[in-house]
Amino acid sequence: MAYVEHEHGVSHPISVYRSTSDLTLVVPRDLLIETLPKLKEEHHFIYLVDIVGTDRFVEGDRFEVLYNLIDLKQGRRLVVKTFADEDIPVLPSASAIWTNASWHEREIFDMYGVHFTEHPDLRRVYLPEDFEYYPLRKEFPLLGIPGSIDLPTSTPDQEASS
Amino acid sequence: MMELEQKSASPTFFKKHQESFYKSLEDKHTTLEFEDSDDPLNSRMVLNMGPSHPATHGVLRLLLQLNGETIEKAKLDLGYLHRGVEKIAENKTYQEFMPYTDRMDYLSPYSNNVALCLAVEKLADVEVPERAQYIRMIGAELARISAHLLWLGTMVMDSGAISFFIWTFREREKIYDIMDQLAGHRFTVSHARIGGVANDITDDAMALIKEFVQTFPKELKGFHSMLDRNRIFVDRNVDVGVVSTEKAIDLGATGPILRGSGYAYDIRRFEPYLKYDEMDFEIPTRLEGDNLARYYVRMEEMHESIRILRQCLDRLPKGPIRANDAKQAYPSKDEVYYSMEGMIHDFMMTDTGICPPEGAEVYHAVEAPKGELGYFIQSDGTGHPWRLKVNAPSFRNLQVLEHSLEGASISDTVLIIGSIDPVMGEADK
Repeated sequence: MAYVEHEHGVSHPISVYRSTSDLTLVVPRDLLIETLPKLKEEHHFIYLVDIVGTDRFVEGDRFEVLYNLIDLKQGRRLVVKTFADEDIPVLPSASAIWTNASWHEREIFDMYGVHFTEHPDLRRVYLPEDFEYYPLRKEFPLLGIPGSIDLPTSTPDQEASS
Repeated sequence: MMELEQKSASPTFFKKHQESFYKSLEDKHTTLEFEDSDDPLNSRMVLNMGPSHPATHGVLRLLLQLNGETIEKAKLDLGYLHRGVEKIAENKTYQEFMPYTDRMDYLSPYSNNVALCLAVEKLADVEVPERAQYIRMIGAELARISAHLLWLGTMVMDSGAISFFIWTFREREKIYDIMDQLAGHRFTVSHARIGGVANDITDDAMALIKEFVQTFPKELKGFHSMLDRNRIFVDRNVDVGVVSTEKAIDLGATGPILRGSGYAYDIRRFEPYLKYDEMDFEIPTRLEGDNLARYYVRMEEMHESIRILRQCLDRLPKGPIRANDAKQAYPSKDEVYYSMEGMIHDFMMTDTGICPPEGAEVYHAVEAPKGELGYFIQSDGTGHPWRLKVNAPSFRNLQVLEHSLEGASISDTVLIIGSIDPVMGEADK
């Protein structure tokens, strides 16, 4: 995958590393909106497998978002990694590039509270909209927060009688 | 749109959620709104289907905007089975998390176990003995047949034939018996261990598998002859729920959905794991992209699984079934019971578990019955994953469903869901 190093020289802020097996491209978030369409149009990464969010629990670039892409022509996998800021966790949406990015981004929004600009329908995917927390953030307690989810206050029998 | 507002006016629970869900349907590919007087027959309505609908194969909720019998727009609501397993995983050791994977795609627990193990082994660089790899392949292929049999029974039931369901379940029962002998559990097996498998194949299990491999192709042939030219079944499924190749790739379809739409993408060939690169098998593919194409793909996959099983049984090597390194895998029970070191190592494995190097990341996928099941793990050097993400095939295929339902008839909805074959335990995580 020499094309990456070749195309984005050493001076370019995009860096490359290989962890375990997959080549990972680290892209700053302001370059993301140019890089992703380029990967799809010029390098044939037309199949988006997954978008993963992680919480690094550090100040500044706290959230990590990884795009897992496949080039179906040559059969290779590429991971594109970018960071979202802790105070203003906003990233450009990739759903105009790969339609299925929509739900994956909704999941990251649901779990980490990272917003995606120009997303067609940014709602929580698993939890109800009324829920105010982001459960996969490291500070969210494992046992949950009492009272954060609306639960029935009465047994079904009582409800029927009232 | 008056109707809409009235319906969503006073929900009892999760008011904000209900309102935004209905609104998102209204907003979906925004069109020019006409006055209600344009619809004098009142043929437009919004239908809420689920979450507890018998045909949704779990707790899937659909919101459909109908024009007469045609679905104009569809929106899906997930999360009714959300248990937060990814959060739980961050607080468990890798081995402790194994039983949770059983309960994700509960129709093929063996594949999920193998997927987790392979990801952790890749992360921590554990070498798995050959015999264990073959046992895993046998388990995973049996799980595939079992999951496809359930799909077959329910899909034929969705098309109107009840008795078929019982016949496929008779075959599934045999696989449950095999799992019982092989793993000690019928349903949630948790048989794979990091570094190998829990126990070796017993002679009883071997005899059952051999018998199954002998008898099942005949049953499969029977299923084929019953359905391939069945007028009702074919007419109900042909040209229903069509997903074109381009659309399938753009929507991230995986597994039989993608292969039914004409793209032969199978992780067993794309990134071979275990010993699949040495196996001789085909990837069934169809070009039509409709329900019938998915039916053929899955039926032929069962046939290929039997082929793989036969090869596994022929080549099954002798040897250990777990990595012989106490820092990487559980020691055998013999060691635990009769040596001090074995016992200490057993405690250590249970208490701390395997510790992959700090900062390592891994993505490893297997071809589960529903499609590409991937585990992304980030390690911080301790026995617990810093982040564990499950790339669930059902979640991805449900997104295809949201798009492919549009234009379909309301009477086909249940069939299309059946052919997508989602498992909500996995989609909701």
